[in-house]
Amino acid sequence: MNVLELRKLFPILHQEINGHPLVYLDNAATSQKPESVISAVKAYYENNNANVHRGVHTLGSRATDAYEGAREKVARFLNASEANEIVFTRGTTTALNLVASSYARSVCGEGDEIVLTPMEHHSNLIPWQQVAKATGAILKYIPLQADGTIAMADVERTITDRTKIVSVMQVSNVLGVINPVKQIAAVAHRHGAVMVVDGAQSAPHMKVDVRDLDCDFFAFSGHKMCGPTGIGALYARKSLLERMEPIEFGGEMIDHVDLYESTWKEAPWKFEGGTPIIAGAAGLAAAIDFLTEVGLDEIDRHESKLAAYAYDRLSEMEGITIYGPREGRVGLVTFNLADVHPHDVATVLDTEGIAVRAGHHCCQPLMRQLEVSATARASFYLYNTEDEVERLVSALQRTKEFFGHAIG
Amino acid sequence: MQLDDLYRRVIMDHYKNPRNRGTMEEESVTIQLNNPTCGDRISLQLQVEDGIVREARFTGEGCSISMSSASMMTEAVKGRTKEEALVMADKFSSLMKGDEVEFEEYEDLEALSGVNKFPARIKCATLAWNALRKGVEN
Repeated sequence: MNVLELRKLFPILHQEINGHPLVYLDNAATSQKPESVISAVKAYYENNNANVHRGVHTLGSRATDAYEGAREKVARFLNASEANEIVFTRGTTTALNLVASSYARSVCGEGDEIVLTPMEHHSNLIPWQQVAKATGAILKYIPLQADGTIAMADVERTITDRTKIVSVMQVSNVLGVINPVKQIAAVAHRHGAVMVVDGAQSAPHMKVDVRDLDCDFFAFSGHKMCGPTGIGALYARKSLLERMEPIEFGGEMIDHVDLYESTWKEAPWKFEGGTPIIAGAAGLAAAIDFLTEVGLDEIDRHESKLAAYAYDRLSEMEGITIYGPREGRVGLVTFNLADVHPHDVATVLDTEGIAVRAGHHCCQPLMRQLEVSATARASFYLYNTEDEVERLVSALQRTKEFFGHAIG
Repeated sequence: MQLDDLYRRVIMDHYKNPRNRGTMEEESVTIQLNNPTCGDRISLQLQVEDGIVREARFTGEGCSISMSSASMMTEAVKGRTKEEALVMADKFSSLMKGDEVEFEEYEDLEALSGVNKFPARIKCATLAWNALRKGVEN
């Protein structure tokens, strides 16, 4: 994998921010897009734009082919058994909400359990809180160990025969840990529960095989993996999708409509009411082609190496706290500098052209567990380099000096 | 963009030595506000008597801009009538929009004018003032 060659394919990277070459280290929030994705979206609008599943005309067929072709691509990307197990959504949030609002509400009753972890992103937490409120189900949390990892003994203790749903992120957007979702799925199934995997932070960075994980649901977002915003998908086991009721109603999703009663299309189309994000799907397909060509294993290796390098270089700094374990992490490092608030860190870095995230990262319960109100996070992708890590390190040194001077 | 435009000496002084930080026993109204996008939070206590803000205290967590702004705001409004406090809040909003504003009432506030050049940080500076508005308007 030649990173410098790959960088050339991302137009946005070649600009100066505040007089410095851009160093984009906010990839866990959203990734940048290669030329091929941008042109796929453009080409769709320039050549093929029409509505899907209805036009008898040529453009209608082309648009439908683009959209359904993208579904097949997503299915292969996740190694699903068939394309009909893929529901297009706006992203991970919408996908998880679909599982919560449709599946979970129909199976959860008073005293049933939904098992989560305290490190979940708000989008894999609040939908379940809402289900619990509506159904009387109970939320239970697999505790975290001191280093932010999950112990299987705790998983065994938390999941019981009352558990209906287990929902866990495969990779933490704060701690960078990779959770043992395959092992957790096995425990869930032993107790008759379904396993939901939030793949927002894993799908962009590592090979995902939903059949190997043996999960029942898997949600991800296109925009974090070189695709456009506004498109993502939910993988769901076919038998579950067939049982589930739609949560949005209208055009596209119906079979027969009467004045008082209507019936739905088969899954996955019954979950896709309204005109879908067709150009987004075309862009997502191009993103999958791009990632597949580069190779997910290669990307994974590159990022792990970069993260270890960043972890070690940052660890050498005085007054820095890094969250999460050194080993078994993906390409992101979350940290705090003593006596400098992360917003101030991010502002100073921005004046040097370096983009990092500062805040609670949509993980307020985890922040409380870490006993901080906010943290700074540098997150890497296939186009980041060790030189950029060095730029980060030296800018952080200057941040410390600036604030040390200003405060001291 | 120059960092010194944002992080002026007065701001760092309020950050390091916040005025009116803490709580009070006296009867007062308490307003709690969060900045949900970044996690900053402030709890503001106001003691209002006969339409005058007699005392103001705050606690909270946040960056240098949000905490120094809270420190300045409490200093600025103490002893003022509710109406005067609201006029200052309006003037502060104008300052954040980039307007030329003078605070003869409390000059330290003018140090925050540089925040305008850092759009992502305006919400940090206005958090305390939003809490004040809420407290005074109730």
